[in-house]
Amino acid sequence: MKSALNGKTIAGLSIMGFFVLIAIVGSWIAPYDPSAMSGDIMSPPSGAHWFGTTQTGQDIFSQVLVGARGVLIVGLVAGAIATLLSVLIGVTAGFLGGVADEFLSALSNIFLVVPALPLIIIVTSFLPDAGDFLIAFVISATGWAWGARILRAQTLSLRQRDYVEAARATGERTWRLIVFEVMPNLTAIIASSFVGTVIFAVLSVITLSFIGVASVSNWNWGTILFWAQNAQALAQGAWWWFIPAGLCIALLGTALALINFGIDEYVNPRLRTSAGGSKVKMRVGFTPVLRQEGGRS
Amino acid sequence: MRFLLRRALFYLVTAWAAITINFMLPRMLPGDPVQAMIARFQGRLSTDAIASLYVLFGLDTESSMFSQYVTYWGNLFQGDLGLSFTYFPTPVSEVIAQSIPWTLALMGVTTIISFVLGTMIGVYAGWKRGSWIDSLLPITTFFSAIPYFWLGLIAISVFAVSWGAFPAAGGYEPGLIPSFSWEFISSALYYSVLPALTVLISSIAGWILGMRNMMVTVSSEDYVTVAHAKGLPEKRVMLGYAARNAVLPSISGFALSLGFIVGGTLLVEMVFSYPGIGYVLFTGVNAKDYPLMQGIFLIITMAVLVANLIADVVYLVLDPRTRKAA
Amino acid sequence: MTPVLEIRDLSVDYGQGEGAVHAVSSVNLVLNRGEVLGLAGESGSGKSTLAYAMTRLLPPPGLITGGEVLHHGRDKPEPVDVLGLTPKQLRSFRWNDIAIVFQGAMNSLNPVSTVAAQLEDIYRAHRPEMSRAQRTKRSAELLRLVGISADRLGSYPHQLSGGMRQRVMIAMALALDPEIIIMDEPTTALDVVMQRQILEQMMRLREELGFSVLFITHDISLLVEFSDRIAIMYAGRIVEQAASEDMYRASSHPYSKGLLGSFPALHGPRRPLTGIPGSPPDMRTVPSGCPFHPRCPSAFDVCEREIPVLEKLSGANGDSSRSVACWLNTPSLSGHPGVGAT
Repeated sequence: MKSALNGKTIAGLSIMGFFVLIAIVGSWIAPYDPSAMSGDIMSPPSGAHWFGTTQTGQDIFSQVLVGARGVLIVGLVAGAIATLLSVLIGVTAGFLGGVADEFLSALSNIFLVVPALPLIIIVTSFLPDAGDFLIAFVISATGWAWGARILRAQTLSLRQRDYVEAARATGERTWRLIVFEVMPNLTAIIASSFVGTVIFAVLSVITLSFIGVASVSNWNWGTILFWAQNAQALAQGAWWWFIPAGLCIALLGTALALINFGIDEYVNPRLRTSAGGSKVKMRVGFTPVLRQEGGRS
Repeated sequence: MRFLLRRALFYLVTAWAAITINFMLPRMLPGDPVQAMIARFQGRLSTDAIASLYVLFGLDTESSMFSQYVTYWGNLFQGDLGLSFTYFPTPVSEVIAQSIPWTLALMGVTTIISFVLGTMIGVYAGWKRGSWIDSLLPITTFFSAIPYFWLGLIAISVFAVSWGAFPAAGGYEPGLIPSFSWEFISSALYYSVLPALTVLISSIAGWILGMRNMMVTVSSEDYVTVAHAKGLPEKRVMLGYAARNAVLPSISGFALSLGFIVGGTLLVEMVFSYPGIGYVLFTGVNAKDYPLMQGIFLIITMAVLVANLIADVVYLVLDPRTRKAA
Repeated sequence: MTPVLEIRDLSVDYGQGEGAVHAVSSVNLVLNRGEVLGLAGESGSGKSTLAYAMTRLLPPPGLITGGEVLHHGRDKPEPVDVLGLTPKQLRSFRWNDIAIVFQGAMNSLNPVSTVAAQLEDIYRAHRPEMSRAQRTKRSAELLRLVGISADRLGSYPHQLSGGMRQRVMIAMALALDPEIIIMDEPTTALDVVMQRQILEQMMRLREELGFSVLFITHDISLLVEFSDRIAIMYAGRIVEQAASEDMYRASSHPYSKGLLGSFPALHGPRRPLTGIPGSPPDMRTVPSGCPFHPRCPSAFDVCEREIPVLEKLSGANGDSSRSVACWLNTPSLSGHPGVGAT
């Protein structure tokens, strides 16, 4: 697994680690209570308020710090539940085949095709005052299908491999086959699917908060943007209100995407961009020739 | 052919599932939402409206769940999606019919451009490995991680508020009456530039990356080496052999991405107050206008299913292996 | 015997710098006009790498690090330096003068293109003056040559059987009437009956059309039967070259002996099958000196230190087409009178 830790994964993991840290200690190190109002209305970043204030004098920096927790909790919980669901359904479908496979595949395809965001919006708006965990649950209920499909395809191909047949021939029980022979080979894909689902969950919860569907009393980055939109921050030129939250979202998303790239390149080494130190330019279809009389590519 | 029939059957099943979910949702609400509605409208509701509300929420104790279900289906086939609360007493179907052309235009055009452009860039990026294009990848990744709506907010703040080059909200100049006149159309186009660019920039990264990865995988396939060995011109190998095969997963994946793109476009509309379905949904959510939200959900789902079917037909045309005809 | 293709001192690496794998090292090979030269070796010996490197077809991270490939054309006064051609020249050289019959696996044909399209695009690229009707006619002729009916022109690769696909690959190779055809494991994916049919067909076509063949395979029994000369590769080097009769009856290199002793003869006295102990080296960690020495029953002190060079067989009279890369061939070192004299 050493080669899994290439530059991209490390960068992604560090950024992610930074945000996790903030999520944990955010509410302790925040200089102000994010909901506390003050007299400093709509002021740009200053020494007292690093990210400026809202129109009711709330400190945006504290809001961003505290908001990290809401985002990450929902993101990681939803990611975990969805990944668990996708592993259960995808691997079972791929392994059992036949009618079970048809049924489970149809189920995942349905959830794949139906547009997730409108569905989440509708379901959440029907629920009274939805807290973080409930939202995480709704998101994972709509987001598991993508991972399930990939896992099913991979399990199908692994199932036919010789070592699985060999284990089966020695009479190993089905569940043991799944857990000990097939699963270890799926780790990279499960990891990648988890990361992808976390990205989806993070974006979804922020969207829900931004629209105002999710409870706006819990602070997360989407809520910050909701209030910013409400108060016409744009029209008033209060750029400091919505830039930090958005940047954090983008950074977290990029971090997760980088981790995913790292995993992708580990699984498929051909995807690596220019292996270090190639002095000769490679070109598909024309092998480069190095010769004493001066090279030719 | 069998492939298409299977897919069509699947879409019918999905449509049924979506409709049933739609049916079940309001019946899952705790308490008596009708009373809450009545309180909100403070006596402005007629007895007919109240009765229909009870029917909508399934609190009509006079008929069983099953007969309600049947009635629901009956209404659907007549195009009756109920009455909207916010635009009372306009039927939901009318509200949707007015706003959907805007969404179709915005989303349709930008998705096509994004797909075509993104795929073409991906082809070059994947073919000419190790070139400067590869260094663009981290940037495109960053852009694909930005939520559509935030990019929209930035765009508004930079281009509309600070720079004043483009309008910050709306679909056309206020005061103009929608018609097919050049004045109206040019205004509509002008107002659509920012929203369109937002969706384009956010969505193109996905196509580029997907296509690039497929091109890299395909260019090490044997038939590409054979094509080179045959001495064919490079463009022919890149397009006719490599890209032609690499694009297939993008098309079957197009359907999947569509759900995501729909979501993003809805948000962009909300941010720009663009008079499409997304904006209407936004107002509906805030007003708890359940019939409207349900109607929109249904229409969006049906539209996505149809788009999927079209993508499947395209796939059928492009990949001869799916045609089992002898 | 005039040479039609000369490979001089060719070396090919995978990758660059420290971790580069030397897949082919200093290979010298001559293909004469009208002959069938067999190239044998186990997987990883570098034989396919050699075949693709000849026309610069190796995919990244392949890299040609030295040597030349010279083509002596039928009507060309000067030999052509293949590796020195510009991409444009190389493109017109490819398939016109040297064609490759690839393994007819599912992957060698473009899955989304018909057989006709894949035959015709050769003509579109190389013979632009041909009309569409001429192209179709010629493609149908090519299929007939290999025994496939012309109504298969509209088929897609997945609709053909394995044997048919292999024959389509052969038809493709013959399209421009090349002087040299390289066959890279043409029958590995086929059953024995089909193997025989295809090879016999190839040989018939060769007699008819007069091209020279470089036949690459791991199955040396096929080479003994079908080729005029055989060259054996091990760990990226040629270890022995000889006429097939000589190779079969009395090979010199211990590796060749081991290979030939690994399959039974249909006629003649029964003899015990011998194998070769050990396995071929991982090309990333090739043994020092002669790469075969860890598995060689006759290895002695020099073998571990110095790489033997391909030299004409000592002690042999007249016939200079035999050569071997083995220290046993140097009487002064090995104390042997010279393997050729055995």
